[in-house]
Amino acid sequence: MIGIHMNQTDSILKLRNVTKTFARQTVDEVIALSDITFDVHNQDFVTIIGSNGAGKSTMLNIVAGLYPPDRGGKIYIGENDVTRLIGYKRAGFVGRVWQQPDLGTAGHLTIEENLSLAILRGKRRGLRRAVSKARKELFRKELSLLNLGLEDRLKTPVNTLSGGQRQALSLVMATISKPSILLLDEHVGALDPNTAKTVLELTDKIVEREQMTTVMVTHNMEVALHLGTRLIMMNKGKIVVDIDAERKRRLKVSDLVSAFEQAAGESFDDDSILLSHAEHMK
Amino acid sequence: MDVVTNILTLAGYEGLVFGIVAIGIHLTFRTLSFPDLSVDGTFPLGGAIAAVLISQGANPFLATFIALIGGMGAGLITGLLNTKLRISALLSGIIVMVGLYSVNLRIMGGANEPLLRDITSFDIMARIMPGASKLIVAIVLVVIVVILVIGFLSWFLRTEIGLALRATGDNEEMVRGFGVDTDKTVLIGCAISNGLVALAGALVAQNQGFSDVGMGIGMIVLGLASVIIGEALFRPRGITMVLLAAIGGAFVYRLFIAIVLRLGAAPGDLKLITAVLVIIVLTMPFIRKKLRGDWLPPAKRW
Repeated sequence: MIGIHMNQTDSILKLRNVTKTFARQTVDEVIALSDITFDVHNQDFVTIIGSNGAGKSTMLNIVAGLYPPDRGGKIYIGENDVTRLIGYKRAGFVGRVWQQPDLGTAGHLTIEENLSLAILRGKRRGLRRAVSKARKELFRKELSLLNLGLEDRLKTPVNTLSGGQRQALSLVMATISKPSILLLDEHVGALDPNTAKTVLELTDKIVEREQMTTVMVTHNMEVALHLGTRLIMMNKGKIVVDIDAERKRRLKVSDLVSAFEQAAGESFDDDSILLSHAEHMK
Repeated sequence: MDVVTNILTLAGYEGLVFGIVAIGIHLTFRTLSFPDLSVDGTFPLGGAIAAVLISQGANPFLATFIALIGGMGAGLITGLLNTKLRISALLSGIIVMVGLYSVNLRIMGGANEPLLRDITSFDIMARIMPGASKLIVAIVLVVIVVILVIGFLSWFLRTEIGLALRATGDNEEMVRGFGVDTDKTVLIGCAISNGLVALAGALVAQNQGFSDVGMGIGMIVLGLASVIIGEALFRPRGITMVLLAAIGGAFVYRLFIAIVLRLGAAPGDLKLITAVLVIIVLTMPFIRKKLRGDWLPPAKRW
C-alpha cells in the first residue's frame, strides 16, 4: 500500500471502495464486487485470473462504464473522476477487446471503415470523409505490423475475416487512438489454441510498442503468469492476491493453483501466500 | 408495344417516387436496424403540408421542402420516444403513425386537400419542357429529386457521422465503446428517413392533384417489398449501389402492380396483392432452408 500512496499521480486507473450489487434486495442478490480499492499504474500490464463469478468481468464493465458502482464507490482514470460518466462518454479513456470476435467490430463494414470509426475514439465526429487518404495510409502501416496481410484487404467486409483476424483487428482498433487504458476481456477465449497463441503474441507486442496500460482477464493461469507485469487473483468479488513483476517471474502454475485454492477458502487473513497488497481486503 | 411502353413509363415514374420511400425505409429498417412504422403517417404528412401550403399560394418547391422538414420532425419524435423514453422501436413508430392521422386531418382541415387549380412543382417543370407529356415531365422532375437524394446520402453516409450511423445498426455496443452517442445517430437516421418519405408524399400529392389522409396506408409494406426485391435481384454492394437497388426494387414492384392491374385486378385489391407478395419474398430464404432440411431456430419477434 505504501507504494501506491507514493505513486498516486502515476496511477492511470483508481478504484476506491467499489462495490457492485446485482438484483439488490431480491432473493437473487449477488455482490459481484465487494469494496474493491485498486490502482493500476502507468504502463502496468495486469493479468486477472479468478473462477467464474469472481467479479473479473464486472470489474472491467464498471471501468468501461457499462454500469455504475454502488453508491460510495469512486473510479478515476488519470485525474478524472469517471464514476458517473456513462460508457460512451468515457470511451476516450478506455479501449476494449471482448471475448467474442463479433463484439469488437462491425461485421458489415469494411476493415478501413471499422478503423476509421476507431481512430475517432472519444472525439467529435463531423462531416469530413470518414475514410480519408491519410487515414488509409496510417491503417496500412498499423495493419502491416500484424503480419496477417490485412493491410491489403482494407475494403474487405469484416464478417468475412476469421475469428483470429477479427480479434487482431479489434486489438488495433482498441489501441490505434491511444486510450489511457486497454481492457482485454478474455479476448482469446473463443479462439482455437494456435490462433489464441498468435493473438496473445500480438497483444504482447502491441502493448509493449504502444506502452499501453493494460488490464487483461484470462482463464488461463499459464497465460496470466507468462504475460504482463502484474498478476491479480479475484475471488467472490474481492482481490485476494496481487503479485508484482519480480515475484511473478519466480512463480509457477502450481504455486498459483495452491494460492488460488487457499484464497478461495475462508481464511485469507493468516494466509502466507497473500503478498504485498493484502491490505486491500480488510 | 404501346401498352408495354405505357406500363414501363408509369412504373418508371412510380418506381422513382416510391423508390424514395424505399430508400427512407432502408435507412431505418436496414441501416439502423430500427423497424420504424411511422412512415404510414409521415407520407400523408408530407402530402398534407405541401398541398395546404401550395393551395395558400406558397412556392411549390418551397412547400415540398417544408414537407420534408415536417417529416424529419415526425421522425425525430419517433426516435425520441425510443431513445429517450425507452419505448420499443416498433411501438414508437406505431404511436407516431396513429398520432399523425389526427395531425394530418388538422393540417388539411378535412380528409383531403385538392390541388387542381394550383400551380405545383410538376406544372412549373412542364413550363420548362413544352411539348413533353405529363408523365415524362413527372419522370424528369422525380429523377432530379432522386439524384439529389442519392447524391446526398452517398456523401453523408461516408462522413464520420454517417459511418457512425451505419455502424450503430451493425454493432451498437461496440460503437458506444468508441464514444459514439448512439441515441444521436438513431435520431439523425429516423429524421432523414421520415423526411424522405414525407418528400415522396409531397411529390405524389402534387402529381395526383390532391392530398388524402389515407394515402399512406400500406406504405411500410410497399417500401419493404421494394427494399427486399431490390436486394434479392441486384445483390448490391457499397452504399450507392444499395440506394440504387432500393429504387430498382421499387420499379420492379410497381411494374408487377401495373401488370396485375392490366390483368384485371381492381385497385382495391392491390394492398392484398402487395401483402401476399411481401409474404412470399420474406419467407423465401426460410422456405429454402426448410426444403434443405436445415435445423431452424424459433421465430424472432424483434
